Amino acid sequence: MADPNDIFMDAIELKRGDLDFRFHCRMPAGRITAVAGPSGSGKTTLLNLIAGFEVPDSGRIELSGRDVTTFHPAERPVSLVFQENNLFAHLDIATNVGLGISPSLRLADKDLARISAALQRTGLGGYEKRMPGTLSGGERQRAAFARALVRDRPYLLLDEPFAALDPGLRLSMAMLLKELQAETGVTVVLVTHNSSDVRRLAERVIFLEKGRILADDETADFFDRPGPQPILDFRGRDGGM
Amino acid sequence: MARRHEHELNMLTRGEYRRALTGGTLGLAGILLFAGLGTGALFRAGLSGETTPLFDAYMWRVLRFTLLQASLSAILSVGLAMIFARALARQPEFPGRGWILRLMGVPLGLPVIVGALGLVTVWGRNGWANAALSEFGLKEPVSIYGLTGILLAHVFFNFPLAARVLLAGLERLPPEYWLIASNLGMKPLGIFRLIEWPEMKRQIPALGGLIFMLAATSFTLVLLLGGGPAATTLEVAIYQALRFDFDPQRAVRLSLLQIAMTTVLLVLLGLLTKRHAEGATAGGASRRPDGRSWRNRTVDFLLILAGTAFVALPLASVAAAGLRADLLRLAGEAPVHRALLTSLAIAAPSGLISILLAWMISNCRQAILKARAPRPAARLYAASLPQLSSLILLVPPTVLGNGWFLLIGPARLQPAAPLLITLINSLMALPFVLSILDPALAAHRERNGRLSASLGLFGWNRLLHVDWPALRRPVLMALCFAMALSLGDLGVVALFGSDDLVTLPWLLYSRMGSYRTADAAGLALLLGLLCLALSAAGTGNIKRMNGDG
Repeated sequence: MADPNDIFMDAIELKRGDLDFRFHCRMPAGRITAVAGPSGSGKTTLLNLIAGFEVPDSGRIELSGRDVTTFHPAERPVSLVFQENNLFAHLDIATNVGLGISPSLRLADKDLARISAALQRTGLGGYEKRMPGTLSGGERQRAAFARALVRDRPYLLLDEPFAALDPGLRLSMAMLLKELQAETGVTVVLVTHNSSDVRRLAERVIFLEKGRILADDETADFFDRPGPQPILDFRGRDGGM
Repeated sequence: MARRHEHELNMLTRGEYRRALTGGTLGLAGILLFAGLGTGALFRAGLSGETTPLFDAYMWRVLRFTLLQASLSAILSVGLAMIFARALARQPEFPGRGWILRLMGVPLGLPVIVGALGLVTVWGRNGWANAALSEFGLKEPVSIYGLTGILLAHVFFNFPLAARVLLAGLERLPPEYWLIASNLGMKPLGIFRLIEWPEMKRQIPALGGLIFMLAATSFTLVLLLGGGPAATTLEVAIYQALRFDFDPQRAVRLSLLQIAMTTVLLVLLGLLTKRHAEGATAGGASRRPDGRSWRNRTVDFLLILAGTAFVALPLASVAAAGLRADLLRLAGEAPVHRALLTSLAIAAPSGLISILLAWMISNCRQAILKARAPRPAARLYAASLPQLSSLILLVPPTVLGNGWFLLIGPARLQPAAPLLITLINSLMALPFVLSILDPALAAHRERNGRLSASLGLFGWNRLLHVDWPALRRPVLMALCFAMALSLGDLGVVALFGSDDLVTLPWLLYSRMGSYRTADAAGLALLLGLLCLALSAAGTGNIKRMNGDG
């Protein structure tokens, strides 16, 4: 069961102000795991721990079979997509994507071809010279996906990536994410407060409340659970679609 | 038909609209008349048939030095501010960071002469800095006089302002930027090149231009630290021509040169300053993973400490020297009492006049802008009101004073001097007061205008029950700021002051001149605290102001 390419959070403890987080869980390699829970429950903190923006007070984090607990964010094999501001507003789309290949922007011709191919794949063919401000919110998220594609890391962490989009766009973006995951086999952690996203994307669900893991289930089991109440509240929202 | 309905669509009654327009126009006319008479007198005197060449070698040398020191001041201030702001931005959890930011606001509210005194203590021949530097093997002491001193002082006064503006810009960037940069593995140089520099670059032209302008028209620092004809700016040269050489002709020509210079500078500054519509502010402290490595942390800590010490030490030396002075004796001295009263008697009316003018102008401007369909000419008028009323930037105080000096003539100068100082001080403060009051009034009208109109609240009732409670804070803030500016002023007083008209800065200046150092230190502490208290009240929201700039 334990694949070395799982994300393994081993007895993590972290205190931040009044909040006190304890995480012990495993997110399976090559699949999409949703992290859900009410606001303030520690979803983003969990993601920050994997990305390296937070360092735990105790416990270990394993990525690709290595203990990365003390690694700098740059040294971890992860890509990130936030809810917004994924693109530097003063750089064009090709440059923003190119940063995923070389952070100092030393790009060879074959890199430029890869950038264009990634843009093509995410539905942004021909957008190379456009500035982020001229794109819609959905298109900007597609560009962020394109950057994750060229970066080609084994882990992709997403923090509410569709929260700023309207429902129709949400659906098509979710489908794009599912396709990209299937094509690349990347291990995805998706932080979301939307139960429809969980249902249509995730194979596994980790549900947090007040810094603790309340449930760690296969998605089907998660939606069959009789309780506790916070999970019922979460499932009740957004209908069952 | 549209015109007939104009007043109905406006939130003011027709009478109020007309009164607002009249008030603003009268205020502006007053400013233009005052400045026009002064400048007109200059032109008449300057053009009256003298055969000597209009501009001689001395004047060109003064102009060259003025521009040289202003350029270097701007470059040094902005350059150091960039380094400092970057270090501070990268360490959002630096202990005492809030206090350092507050400290950076202090030079702005400090009378220039007080700051200069502190600088001399630290950087003078026998000062702390030179003592420390000679320990480290520096042979020649750093000289606080001449070009070095002027630059040091201009950097002391302007670098903190620039650092705050640049830091605010960096902190306005989306917090995700820093996380993405770290995740992508950008090195400090890359982060600077791709994120920090593009942001700073947008602010630097306006910031550099402003500092250049302030340094080019700086008077007190150059008077105190400049050395003879080799290190004199136009402002100081005007003063010397008038007060020491008794050569009004030369003063007039220098003034004309000064006006020409500031006109060119203001036009350039206007071209450089583009308004950015900046939206969301991040607010909370951003996470800066790139500042966490011990190397970057050490570099940043050293830079922050150096910048803080550079600003804090002169202030500390003023406090230390002031406390050593015989404060009780000073506080009991009649000349000190007289100077304090004179200062307040000038600062208070000057602040009030400034507020009144700003209110008239802003009220008129908002009345036009809030009208549903202002005619293009009216709109243009409203848009240009702040610039027109900020004429003092074009015709600096010394020049305006010079004009009125000629207009009034030496015989009538004594009785007119307090009034002239008051008026010129209030014009000096007007651009600042307007920049506090006008946005406040605009927001207030936006928020409460419709409601007041629908309740039929007009005239005094509205002023008393709606306008004053809502605008009391910005008005008092602006008043404090204007008074602090007037209290700390030495330039205009130097021109018109006499034995009968001694303000606190002038008293301080003369005690410095007569080597009564202890007295000067005590007075500097007194004046510094007075102005800082006022400007702390006046700039409680300086962060917001800077953010807009």
